[in-house]
Amino acid sequence: MDLELRGIRKEFPGVLANDDVSLVARSGKVLALIGENGAGKSTLMNVLSGLYRPDAGEILLDGVPQNFHDPGAAIAAGIGMVHQHFMLVQIFSVADNVVLGVEPTTVGGVMDRKRARAEVREISQRYGLAVDPDAIIEELPVGIQQRVEIIKILLRGAKVIVFDEPTAVLTPQEVEEFFGIVAELKSNGAAIIFITHKLKEALAIADDITVLRSGKVVGHADPATATPEELASLMVGRDIDLSVDKAPAKPGATVLELSEVTVTDDYGRKLLDSVSMTVAGGEIVGIAGIQGNGQTELVQAITGLLPVETGKVLFQGRDVTKLNPRKLHQAGIAHVPEDRNHMGMVGSFSLSENLILDSYYSDQFSKGLQLNRGAIQESALALVQAYDVRPPNIDNTGDALSGGNAQKMIVAREFSRDVPLVICAQPTRGIDVGSIEYIHEQIVLKRDEGKAILIVSTELDEIFSLADRILVMFDGEIVAERLTSETTPTEIGLFMAGNRS
Amino acid sequence: MSDHIPASDPDSPVITEESLKHNRGFVQRLTTSVNWRTGILIPLLSVITALAIGLVIIVLSGSSFSEALEAYGALLQGSVGSIKAISETLTAATPLILVGLSVAIAFRAGLFNIGAEGQMAIGGMCAVFAGFTFVGLPLLVHLPLAILAGIIGGAIWGFIPGILKAKTGAHEVIVTIMLNYIAILFVGYLLKTSLFQREGRTDPVSKNIEGSSALPQLLDWINPSMRIHAGLIIALLAAAFIHWLLFRTTVGFEFRAVGANPAAARYAGMSVARVYVMVMVIAGALAGLAGGGQVLGVLERVTPGFTAGIGFDGIAVALLGRSNPAGVVAAAVLFGGLRAGGQQMQVSTDVGIDLISVIQALIIIFVAAPTLISSIYRLKAPAASMQISKGWAS
Repeated sequence: MDLELRGIRKEFPGVLANDDVSLVARSGKVLALIGENGAGKSTLMNVLSGLYRPDAGEILLDGVPQNFHDPGAAIAAGIGMVHQHFMLVQIFSVADNVVLGVEPTTVGGVMDRKRARAEVREISQRYGLAVDPDAIIEELPVGIQQRVEIIKILLRGAKVIVFDEPTAVLTPQEVEEFFGIVAELKSNGAAIIFITHKLKEALAIADDITVLRSGKVVGHADPATATPEELASLMVGRDIDLSVDKAPAKPGATVLELSEVTVTDDYGRKLLDSVSMTVAGGEIVGIAGIQGNGQTELVQAITGLLPVETGKVLFQGRDVTKLNPRKLHQAGIAHVPEDRNHMGMVGSFSLSENLILDSYYSDQFSKGLQLNRGAIQESALALVQAYDVRPPNIDNTGDALSGGNAQKMIVAREFSRDVPLVICAQPTRGIDVGSIEYIHEQIVLKRDEGKAILIVSTELDEIFSLADRILVMFDGEIVAERLTSETTPTEIGLFMAGNRS
Repeated sequence: MSDHIPASDPDSPVITEESLKHNRGFVQRLTTSVNWRTGILIPLLSVITALAIGLVIIVLSGSSFSEALEAYGALLQGSVGSIKAISETLTAATPLILVGLSVAIAFRAGLFNIGAEGQMAIGGMCAVFAGFTFVGLPLLVHLPLAILAGIIGGAIWGFIPGILKAKTGAHEVIVTIMLNYIAILFVGYLLKTSLFQREGRTDPVSKNIEGSSALPQLLDWINPSMRIHAGLIIALLAAAFIHWLLFRTTVGFEFRAVGANPAAARYAGMSVARVYVMVMVIAGALAGLAGGGQVLGVLERVTPGFTAGIGFDGIAVALLGRSNPAGVVAAAVLFGGLRAGGQQMQVSTDVGIDLISVIQALIIIFVAAPTLISSIYRLKAPAASMQISKGWAS
């Protein structure tokens, strides 16, 4: 089934989210839709899936105009979405999840599990998905969970399949397998829309690329001839240098040292298993790994948010294992947390309040109980200027910032402190290319000032462009350590998948 | 190793991320930055709509339309129609301001203080005890002492749910509801003991407070029946103080941060547990002050049920006032007016004062469901579009 969007326009108060957007996805082809956050990709997909009604424009399936009143209508017409965050009931089986909402029943409304299982098995075999209908979702790796989502939409008769950032949570090996599945879907005649901001993947898998910027289609590219740099420039509207310029590291004295740090959860499962590592001044250490292999816990253990059970954390030679977050902050650890909305800022607070979130009590910003509003505003103004937070209105709430600017605000808060250790977890997750470029520069700048930098990222590209030394985490352990200059993404990818060095 | 979460550590993660997330949505919606729309327009339309429905109810219950209008006339007359009426309105508003602040400050820190009623009861008992126990003290000593007793009583009753939440994760809603029962029944019990019960009485009624501990009347020089008392000034000062605390101090900064995003607060080095305890103590103190004010300014003694549901009305006041001190004062005056006017309406027409409770409840339903009001008045829905532009805005 061919899908065509013609002149889609969608306006929200104050923002024109989609402006005369037209695109075509053909049966048996993959269309990659790329664009920065806020370019209007999500709005467009919400229009396509019947969540929003467009203000103008048409959706055509095989040339027939459609009118989706609700998501149900879009699904019935053959449009299936695989969301970035899976919509699965964790404690249900695969088959139960797949038929959720369209349960086959026997006489009297009793759910027909046998048929559900058979249907899952049938689809799974036809597309080579290899999914066990009786497995429980929470016990499955992310890559398999994604296949369950695919089976779900196939069961509902999807002919046009939209993948929203499908590779964000996958290992490099799982990405390969995912590409295989896409090829299988293609050969079965599905029209595929692949939303991504990973330019290399778009180039690898797509038959056609459409670029969105500020709600408009700004270009098409042929994957056979286009380069990542060209696509990035199209996305942001100016020339982009994707490589990070940096001189070789000159590691100094050890600033952070972990020795056999172990953390367990309430059930006695080891979240961190005897982790030992060091970070020296003047170097960037990158922690690579698939999300959920202990990186979050590692950062929380260092910053005092998670109690260390055994082992030691030494900061500048001093044992800081038992200190709380406030004490560690004062000792000189800056921390850009991995989840900026959930942890890095208070959405309803103004920029000036967010910029003092962890230093409001200091002599600079308060006298006794009373906050020093003059000093707070003055500092906030200087920071939004220095770190290019846009719009630079310090009375706006954090919620009002785009992802990239929110992250720049958090970086401003943490980097403006002259401290020996900076920890950045997922410093550029889900933000626009321009902000990524800027934050990467700032990180390298900090290193060159002689600070110790610890980066955690699930983006292998980011690890390779920033880190001087790479540690790979798998299942709560550090399974490999390499100098960046002496390894390859393929080797690190294997470690990420659990191979030992 | 099981010693990694020492029970005495105030930062111990008994309050799990999960439990933190739980409360957030609703509370946050009630306390996010006040703007013209959510702070003024929606509450105003809620009040108007509730009054209109009240009118319909009167008519449906058998009165003619003109009788219904007459009832509303009496309501208006009884709330603002004379100095006496205004005095009654403000007298009723006084404790409402304080319990409203009590609920509001807890809201700001992400907690539901359903326990203002109980905190008020305990505060009132402590105040009346201080009021009748000390004889022969000068007013300048005795009155502050009695007020302080009320504050401390309420603070203790607020401390209990606070510390239980901080140490064990016990949900403050459950604990404060239970403490309400305990407080109210405890008051009933104490009133039958010789410590409190007035000599020569068999019914549960406390001794009268000494004149030296009574809050001065403000307008009795015009007419001795004017009940407005100095408690109003205290309540307004309390509102100013809470405003200062919330928006001008490091403590308030912590309260608001914990209320809006406890995970971020913890990341920023704040002790979420300590904030929970502190805010519940302050909330309890405010409600205790409300109870003390009633005893020392109006009632002069304690009888069972002397709190008269004012503590529960505090929840409504805080909701209507968007947990903003100025808004709380305005909402308390409105509810005070409804109470005072309702009395007049009951006396001079057939319409009972229970209608006032219905109107109050309707107001809260509308305030809590702003999209309902938006759709009734065809206001452009902001909630959905705001979320969309959030994901969008560049």
